[in-house]
Amino acid sequence: MNYTFHWNQALRRLPEMLDGALVTLQVASLAMVIGVAIGVLLAYGRLSSNRVLRTSAAAWVETARNTPALFQIYFFYFGLGSFGLRLDPFMALLAGIAFNNAGYLAETFRGGLQAIPPSQTRAARSLGLSALQTSVHVVLPQMFRIVFYPMTNQMVWSILMSSLGVIVGMTSDLTGVTQELNARTFRTFEFFALAAVLYYAMAKLTILAARLIGWRLFRT
Amino acid sequence: MIEIENVHKSYGSLEVIKGVTMQVEKGEVVSIIGGSGSGKSTLLQCINGLEPIQKGHIRVDGIDVHAKGTDLNKLRRKIGIVFQQWNAFPHLNVLENVTLAPRKVLGLSAREANEIAEKHLVHVGLGDKLKVMPSRLSGGQQQRMAIARALAMSPDYMLFDEVTSALDPQLVGEVLDTMRMLSAEGMTMIVVTHEIRFAREVSNRVAFFHKGLIHEIGAPEEVIGAPKKPETIDFLKSVL
Repeated sequence: MNYTFHWNQALRRLPEMLDGALVTLQVASLAMVIGVAIGVLLAYGRLSSNRVLRTSAAAWVETARNTPALFQIYFFYFGLGSFGLRLDPFMALLAGIAFNNAGYLAETFRGGLQAIPPSQTRAARSLGLSALQTSVHVVLPQMFRIVFYPMTNQMVWSILMSSLGVIVGMTSDLTGVTQELNARTFRTFEFFALAAVLYYAMAKLTILAARLIGWRLFRT
Repeated sequence: MIEIENVHKSYGSLEVIKGVTMQVEKGEVVSIIGGSGSGKSTLLQCINGLEPIQKGHIRVDGIDVHAKGTDLNKLRRKIGIVFQQWNAFPHLNVLENVTLAPRKVLGLSAREANEIAEKHLVHVGLGDKLKVMPSRLSGGQQQRMAIARALAMSPDYMLFDEVTSALDPQLVGEVLDTMRMLSAEGMTMIVVTHEIRFAREVSNRVAFFHKGLIHEIGAPEEVIGAPKKPETIDFLKSVL
């Protein structure tokens, strides 16, 4: 082996990489927020008695879960581009991950909703709460409690998935920054090892933060 | 007044109520007794529109519960219901369980709702449990909380659906005491129950349900004290 490690060279670029990590967290968090919102609607759609709603929700979930995430991001960048709708790399990446998140979360949420006894809804409705108020104040808070930890996994997945942005020309996130530095220096191993450590740290921090929030949020 | 007129109710092809007619006047306590599957619990769920009916009418203060265009959310403010499974909202503490509907449905401020809720919780003997989560309460306490939750909407009618059936025997008394107190205060109540002694003691009238029909209805001394129909006699023998 005649490869000499140059860790100093990589470590000197750490600030740039940390900036990239921030962008990564930003994309992943936004995609998570959008994914949760759409995921809730899809879960209700799949449980709806309306066939059109049920079928379209199922189509979304099936596509998101059974095609590569890479293709989903591709689609929002090149696919929509060929119809004249041009998204910049950030938006295409965001849309792709949000699409994927929504599909996976919808299934998690559906399970969560089904785990809540129907008598809870009955009790709420009998007090005069409307169907919407019952969902917002009685059913969804209980559902989020049930699915909180599975949701954490999706957030981690969202962070890792965002590295795919590099294929649609994303240069500002952690992978994008790393790829640029690599292209300039050819210190492939050092930069990507350092990036991997940063991804690992972000994933672990997410889980730790979720534990703390969950602990604070869910009193019993 | 609650008017129940020739009500039929089916689940699929299974008819559980086969033409029930009865009236409950303001201030009256009417108990419904009968074996399981006799349709008595189902009738309560029909009265506040939680269950649709196939035939007949139910009117509450003249409002047809099952007519198209009836605002059920509004109607349900008049009618409190307490279930066999107390259905505490597990993510809310005792006070929040009780304030939820007054705040969201009646639009009261947090302070007004808290005041009302506290009053009712003190009334049912839970004044020292306001900030406690329901999972820390006994079944009897959760059931009394459910009663306070219904009362906080200032209903004109209270429906009790076998509220002591899921309780440990030693907890039944505290819930019945709460209901005694309500009836003494003049609350109009329909009480589906297996507690025959209690029914005899608090009711103005007792109705015996059997296979989806009322077989006997009248003063407790008659229906429980001196039943006429063989079905009523058999039932009372089996439970007393």
